[in-house]
Amino acid sequence: MKLKKGIPLIDQHDKNGFWGGKFGGNFIPETLKKPVEDLTIKFQKLRKDKKFIRKKDFYFKNYIGSPTPFIKLENLSNSLGGAQIWAKVVSEANGGAHKIYNATIHALICKAMGKKYIIGDTGAGYAGKMLSMAAKKFGLKCKIFMGAKDIKRQKPNCDAMKKNGAKIVPVYSGSQTLVDAVSECMRYWVSNCDKVHMAVGSTVGPNIFVKICGWSTTQISKELKIQLKEQFNKIPKKIKLINCVGGGSSAYGFWSEFIDYDKKQIELIGVEAGGPKNSKLHAAPLSKNAKIGILHGAASYVCQNKEGQISETKSISAGLDYPGVSPIHCFLKDAKRARYTFATDEDALNAYKIVTKHEKLNPSLEPCHAFAEAIKIAPRLSKDTIIVVNSCGDAQKDRDILKKRLGKY
Amino acid sequence: MSPSLIKEAFLKTKKENRPALITFTVAGDNSKNKSLEILKSISQYADICELGFPHNAPIGDGDQIQTSSHRAIKNGIKISDVFSIAKKFKEIKKTKPIILMGYYNIIYQYGENNFLNDCNKSKVDGLIIVDLPFPENIKFANKCKKKKINFIQLISPLTSHLRLKHIIKHSHDMIYYISMLSTTGGKLKISSKKILERYSKIKNLSKLKKVVIGFGITEKTIESLKKADGLVVGSAICKEITDSIKKRQNIVTNVMNVVKRLKNKIK
Repeated sequence: MKLKKGIPLIDQHDKNGFWGGKFGGNFIPETLKKPVEDLTIKFQKLRKDKKFIRKKDFYFKNYIGSPTPFIKLENLSNSLGGAQIWAKVVSEANGGAHKIYNATIHALICKAMGKKYIIGDTGAGYAGKMLSMAAKKFGLKCKIFMGAKDIKRQKPNCDAMKKNGAKIVPVYSGSQTLVDAVSECMRYWVSNCDKVHMAVGSTVGPNIFVKICGWSTTQISKELKIQLKEQFNKIPKKIKLINCVGGGSSAYGFWSEFIDYDKKQIELIGVEAGGPKNSKLHAAPLSKNAKIGILHGAASYVCQNKEGQISETKSISAGLDYPGVSPIHCFLKDAKRARYTFATDEDALNAYKIVTKHEKLNPSLEPCHAFAEAIKIAPRLSKDTIIVVNSCGDAQKDRDILKKRLGKY
Repeated sequence: MSPSLIKEAFLKTKKENRPALITFTVAGDNSKNKSLEILKSISQYADICELGFPHNAPIGDGDQIQTSSHRAIKNGIKISDVFSIAKKFKEIKKTKPIILMGYYNIIYQYGENNFLNDCNKSKVDGLIIVDLPFPENIKFANKCKKKKINFIQLISPLTSHLRLKHIIKHSHDMIYYISMLSTTGGKLKISSKKILERYSKIKNLSKLKKVVIGFGITEKTIESLKKADGLVVGSAICKEITDSIKKRQNIVTNVMNVVKRLKNKIK
């Protein structure tokens, strides 16, 4: 399996929508064929449309607040010794996480398609919160599908969604988490696809949704590339870009501009949710070698049993608690361009403690998985190695969990 | 070559001047034995039986079928059990066509060839795969044809004219028309007249193929659609199973009575 150079990864699929010949595709009911095709045609047009690009750039700058800061974590680096640790503080974006990019683009597409209703799924609640924000901003009616278990554990984001006028639809089927929310959202779309636009919250789902989301979050690495050059006068010789991976939207966005670089210069490290330390349950299909399966319209590595039933996952971080993963990460894994590992719930909590002790940064439990890996590898690396962690979410939403587990927030 | 049992079933109903009644139940709902018993009893009235192999992340099913699938999975149903239910059924009802219906991941994990071989062994007559649309299904549909298994193509109200033609060309004996934009078991939200208009359009393009209508068909609505070659009832049956469990009544008898009443409405 080989990557092509000079072509965005989101466009390196075949005519059937498969990356590397086997990941992705469109495993959808007949009813969704037409809406997916319409969306595909529309998006291909819009991404080449200068007016649309100008609109995107305008809202990214003035609404989302691009560029987000790129800062050195001096105290953390000094305390660990070894590599320099930097953070791309994407949580400074409007709303507090990278999900705002995809949400804004979907709202703009929805408007361009002349639809008035937008729906989406959410796990940590960030995708839902951002979609509700964008819907409000652009005058769209919004419904968010969310697992009942996630509604309980991510209350602050639910409050925000309601405040923005979105309706939260609790999903009680299955494990009552993200996987069921996505299923329910797709079912709703099947029934209402003539009037409603669906936004998938990550780089997962049928081919076109992977592309739209990836195209949106790529903003992160575009900024980082400029910021690296400003900071070091050139792209440094030894970089490690560490990002948490649930569906994989922030990781793709963080890496996309750097995929063509040699991996000896820029290593891409994805950190999945390893779940509770002494549990067999996890949400790490890439690093725990799950088999390929079909979930939510695409083929990817999926946590599942021998029969093909999707496994229950477990993670302290609702945003990573998903049994599948983006087909483009499967492709990056098999092409050996990115390395995937996992951090346990305890690792992430510990990372939260260490980072907040040393820095004025408040990363949510999702990027804490990435910080856990950074903390682990930094001491063994040379001083001229630059580790950049994508701090892609703010911990405000996790305050109840952090209070419970660490006794403070 | 002798015609398929599915084709024969339609020849029979045509002679009787009525649509074929096609039922859907989930294998293993609410137990392996019970689902076989249900299948046997309803097949007195049904012309073709669909048997669902459940999946726990279904993107095309409404509440009723989800509930049935959930019960079956909770009871530990495996794909090998689904085949054994089908096989036992066919040993008794040799000429009654049985169609397996489900999601592609189950087949993918089992292996396409393995799956089709076991279909042959248990005398399965056809397959409906919800999330393997045309043209992605061409290869698999051809494999089915070689094994003398009907691959049933689906058509929705949004399927374009050109696409319709292609799908019909690649279809086998039977085509499944989805009545409306909905998951299974939704309330019929457009008129029967509208559904039949679209149905006629499909029929005009495929005089030799049998076109059945499904989604939203209940005791209340079935009569108004009886012009079709066949009518599929699934969620209404699954709902009866759920209700009978709740009321602690005899599931087999209750479900059989529903199917009997459905049949009487289209005679």
